[in-house]
Amino acid sequence: MVGILADKDRIFTNLYGLHDWGLEGAKTRGCWNGTKDIVAQTPEWICDQIKASGLRGRGGAGFPTGLKWTFMPKQESDRPHYLVVNADESEPGACKDRDILRNDPHLLIEGCLIACRAIRAHTAYIYIRGEYVHERERLQAAIQQAYDAKLIGPGNVHGWDCDVRVQHGGGAYICGDETALMESLEGKKGQPRLKPPFPAGAGIWGAPTTINNVESISVVGTILRRGADWFAGFGTEKSTGTKLFAASGHINKPCVVEDAVGIPVKQLIEEHFGGVRGGWGNLKAVIPGGISVRMIPAHEAEEAVMTYEDLQARGSGLGTGTMIVFDKDADLVKAIARASYFYKHESCGQCTPCREGTGWMWRVMERMVTGEAEMSEIDLLLDVASQVEGHTICGLGDAAAWPIQGLFRHFRHEVEERINNYRARKGSYAGASIAAE
Amino acid sequence: MSVRRLSPVQPESFAFSPDTLKKAKAWMANFPAGKQQSAVVPVLWLVQKQEGWVSEPAIRAVAELLGMPVIRVLEVVTFYTMFMLEPVGTHALVQVCGTTPCQSRGAEALMDVCKRRIGAQNHRSADGKFYWQEVECLGACANAPMAAINDYYYEDLTPESLEKLLNDFAAGKTPPPGSAIGRQGSAPEGGPMTLTDPKLYDGSLAKKIKIPNLPAAGSVKEKA
Amino acid sequence: MPIAKVDGVEVEFEPGMNVLQVCELAGKEIPRFCYHERLSIAGNCRMCLVEVKPGPPKPQASCALPAAEGQEIFTDTPMVKKARHGVMEFLLINHPLDCPICDQGGECDLQDQAMGYGRDDSRYAENKRAVEEKYMGPLIKTVMTRCIQCTRCVRFITEVAGVPDIGLISRGEDVEITTYLDKAVGSELSANVIDLCPVGALTSKPYAFNARPWELKKTESVDVMDALGSAIRVDARGPAVLRVLPRINDEVNEEWISDKTRYAVDGLSRQRLDRPYIREAGKLRVADWGEALELVASKLKATSADRIGVIAGDLQDAESMKAAKDLFGGLGVTSLDCRQDGSVLGAGPRESWLFNSTLMGIEDADVVLFVGSNPRIEAPVLNARLRKRWLAGALRVGVIGESADLTYDYEHLGAGPASLNGLAKSKSDFVKALKDAKAPAIVVGAGALSRADSAAVLQAAASVAKAFGMTWNVLHTAASRVGGLDLGFVPQAGGKTARELVQKGAADVLFLLGADELDLSKTDAFVVYLGTHGDAGAHRADVILPGAAYTEKNGIYVNTEGRVQLGFRAVFPKGDAKEDWAILRALSERLGAKLPYDSLDQLRATLFAEHPTFGRIDYVAETPAAFDLAGLGTKGEVSDDPFWSGVKNFYLTNPIARASVTMAECASLAAGATKIAAE
Repeated sequence: MVGILADKDRIFTNLYGLHDWGLEGAKTRGCWNGTKDIVAQTPEWICDQIKASGLRGRGGAGFPTGLKWTFMPKQESDRPHYLVVNADESEPGACKDRDILRNDPHLLIEGCLIACRAIRAHTAYIYIRGEYVHERERLQAAIQQAYDAKLIGPGNVHGWDCDVRVQHGGGAYICGDETALMESLEGKKGQPRLKPPFPAGAGIWGAPTTINNVESISVVGTILRRGADWFAGFGTEKSTGTKLFAASGHINKPCVVEDAVGIPVKQLIEEHFGGVRGGWGNLKAVIPGGISVRMIPAHEAEEAVMTYEDLQARGSGLGTGTMIVFDKDADLVKAIARASYFYKHESCGQCTPCREGTGWMWRVMERMVTGEAEMSEIDLLLDVASQVEGHTICGLGDAAAWPIQGLFRHFRHEVEERINNYRARKGSYAGASIAAE
Repeated sequence: MSVRRLSPVQPESFAFSPDTLKKAKAWMANFPAGKQQSAVVPVLWLVQKQEGWVSEPAIRAVAELLGMPVIRVLEVVTFYTMFMLEPVGTHALVQVCGTTPCQSRGAEALMDVCKRRIGAQNHRSADGKFYWQEVECLGACANAPMAAINDYYYEDLTPESLEKLLNDFAAGKTPPPGSAIGRQGSAPEGGPMTLTDPKLYDGSLAKKIKIPNLPAAGSVKEKA
Repeated sequence: MPIAKVDGVEVEFEPGMNVLQVCELAGKEIPRFCYHERLSIAGNCRMCLVEVKPGPPKPQASCALPAAEGQEIFTDTPMVKKARHGVMEFLLINHPLDCPICDQGGECDLQDQAMGYGRDDSRYAENKRAVEEKYMGPLIKTVMTRCIQCTRCVRFITEVAGVPDIGLISRGEDVEITTYLDKAVGSELSANVIDLCPVGALTSKPYAFNARPWELKKTESVDVMDALGSAIRVDARGPAVLRVLPRINDEVNEEWISDKTRYAVDGLSRQRLDRPYIREAGKLRVADWGEALELVASKLKATSADRIGVIAGDLQDAESMKAAKDLFGGLGVTSLDCRQDGSVLGAGPRESWLFNSTLMGIEDADVVLFVGSNPRIEAPVLNARLRKRWLAGALRVGVIGESADLTYDYEHLGAGPASLNGLAKSKSDFVKALKDAKAPAIVVGAGALSRADSAAVLQAAASVAKAFGMTWNVLHTAASRVGGLDLGFVPQAGGKTARELVQKGAADVLFLLGADELDLSKTDAFVVYLGTHGDAGAHRADVILPGAAYTEKNGIYVNTEGRVQLGFRAVFPKGDAKEDWAILRALSERLGAKLPYDSLDQLRATLFAEHPTFGRIDYVAETPAAFDLAGLGTKGEVSDDPFWSGVKNFYLTNPIARASVTMAECASLAAGATKIAAE
């Protein structure tokens, strides 16, 4: 067996699309089994079970899903409740929700129905990134199957009226932020909203709204079918369950795979991802949870495990659980400079620190790549990053600062070396002629 | 990202095709009454599917269809980078992901191919068939490097396989999307190492089950 | 009231306040760019960050955070300092720092706050961003590289003006404020964005490179371009009025003014009558005061009182009307009229010609019916208030008259008097709402009151108001009108109205006190024109007596709600021109009927004594005195002609505006827009 999870405990059994993605195939694999009994329970029971399972949001922030659901009003009013599923997977490194959307869409649809029951909503919107055209077509077809089989929709067999609708984006990473997503869903620019008000109070169209990641919703049905304790039995106290992991970068066999939370980074890479290019000893650094978390160097990756708490303690984070691996030949400065360009490109432009800071950081990073920078600019860059971090409306500012901070925390010497080399090569630089006099 | 401007050359008019209009209305019906503005991105996307790009008359037509101020539609069109503001290649719009995961697996070499074959990015090729651009993460990192060509993903590319794809598109063919090295989806090269247990697929999971942890019978149920 | 602590000091605050407001209560100034009391909260500039406990361990935008009981707010911790200095640095890295050539210099929020939070050097070694200029019309000059993307302009135009013409396009560091394809902003309130812009991105086009704020003499006054009496500040350098800015008066104009109020002022230096003129052999020649007054006096002496008519114009101060009334009344003249539009008001109690809901009080109405009024062009600032009220919800508006774009939804109940007459019997949804309304109001416009059948229309409107218990409101369009009516500047027993007076053979001497909105083509009278501009009145005049414009005299104006306000002199009258009351006083001497006051103060004392309402400066009754609506108007036939607003062209309603190049440009642009819309 590779990894630590047995096949019988995997939730996403059609992850690679080897089997029928459609309703019949999904049913064969256990989807929609016992759903009626689940939906017949009270919202409180569902929330309690999900809380007991320890499920944390799989979109990156890791907020407990069951707890989030309890923030919704306990009574329906004239403002309908909404569930919004965040399928705007755009974080560099992240490519896990895509496989659910295209290969296991019924798990998501079933999850929508159950989650709607839990938050007393009758409509779920799945906001899928615009570039996932194939995935959207597949999802829409699956939803149609579910409607045709009366699994969802008004007067469905489960006894809880629930429409599942699709909305798509137009190419903007920021719409993965829940409030920007709401703006975008309403047909506006994806500029994050101020909080408060929080979505559970006033979300889309001012109505109470809960926003969950695709994976978080898709695992709900199986968790309830198999029991909260089954899910909680994997991982650690604070990081439970199974989860999709993925890897890209300098590994032999990039792929997406489901395993138990808490799997060691090394085991994940060695067993599932075919090992680091050139062997484990050739590892330089790992960005464990999508590009917005800080990288960890090889010696830390040796001991790190894929849990929220372990990676946080290392100054990084589990994020989406989708890692980028760098071997010793990697140009980390260039890799992070590209990340900085990404954040500059994806800043919505609304608030000052991010709008101005992301461009500034990227420009300095680009010069760091060639070494054409002043040594003092390293501290300047870190200072600018700290002026962005924590000062913005949404998390994009933080996300733009962290990769840079991660780079300099562990590989500052590489940048310094590069600046020195550049100067040695050039022989002259601003101030050099004066110094020589 | 450079400043996004509408093309200086614009058509006289725009009209929704019956098919586009039908689909647009379906998107509008997706949202509560009076909230049809929510459909603006899907409708603009349909317009782009119809015309290949989003023209100024189309922006006005969309504004009118959705009852939006035209400036709000302009905001949306310029904010979301999937909207092409000038005509693109007749045969292929090639969008190469250049973000770190793809970069670390050779995206730059793919872009070199595009530069050589098509020319500068964000311009049409001399023969008008191609248009390419570097885009940000397309969310297929486990199959890096990759490119979206006319909406669909072509993955695990090499300069050679991209050349071949471009040849096919130039010849008017539509090569099947997916991995260029025969991977099944995002499974590891050489075949899946998990999900091999036949019990997952033999129907045993579809047998009637009892949901665990249910509250004791007789406890109060909330009416649906 | 809840209590929060600001920097350790306890402050009581009103529930609903945000942290920024609580800090201000505590006397802590919070820097800000995007936040504005009258706009929605954007929270995007990040300048107002403070530290708040309880809360996350990072600074919070105080503008966007509701204040709460027991909150501890810190405004000067190292965390706050770093945040603010950081934001200021970010704002400046791409700002051109071209203060020496920027019109905002000296009154720039960015400049001021950079003094407090800026660095003394730049750490930004990259190239600065340049942004293309945009065209926003003849009033708003753009230098978009200076823009800090606070979106105040977008929010004002969308929320307050209700004309969604400005947007923030693109994203990230490339965001740009623009109109759609460089279209001019289509609002009568557009130039308020210039005041709102905290930097020099949007500045005043007509005022470009004219002056620095510290060179200007600032005079607080009131506006006369419509009947609202908006609070303004007149900025002048030497003899020239360079600009008009709004002052805050929550009860009247909040802090907005119309584009006409702001930009008609270049008309104050054009087409001016700066010397007396006498017509000889069909041509006007320059005369001196003695000559001109002597000629007028001799004409008046030689004419019997019943052949003399006096008409006061739309911009007159109360004092000049009082002096004219005293002078001509003393001569036995009965044909006095301040209603050159032909309005039928003036017979009933004072409340019958007032906007009794009051401008601020109209926000308490739940159903408003407009009759023959287009508030958007007759009183744009009031219209913005109605829009604000409408946005707040639960307001129904009905219109009988032209169906114009008012920037809010309304029910169009008909075009003319027939719809008014039929309203009480109508079973429409609106009438049902009217019946259920708690605070319904009717607003009758000048357009309904200056028709041939207006006496009957007035009665019809009054009976509708009475039937539904609506508060009676008249929306005037002339700044002088309520003052004139309060003075009783209307025909006395046997006297003729303004409309009658301009007919052929109706009078032998016609004295026009700044009256320019009349058709003078038929009159064969000897016409004396006392006024400021070479407009309609002066063109027909036989003698011209140059008077003072509203910026050139101290004067009392009564707005449409009956609020008495003082205008103040910012500059002296042009050339030989004199203040209007003083001219009348001099004329009275030559007539041997010397007016009993030698100074404006004495005149005012008389005015206050004889008409006590004028003595109550800045007062409006909270609840209007009850009066019987049944007494208004006369029974009669009404025609089917639709109502038209009394304002035909918003930008050209008075001689000052008609002399203004800026207004002419706006008018031709608006006419073009109308043409395009009609095609």
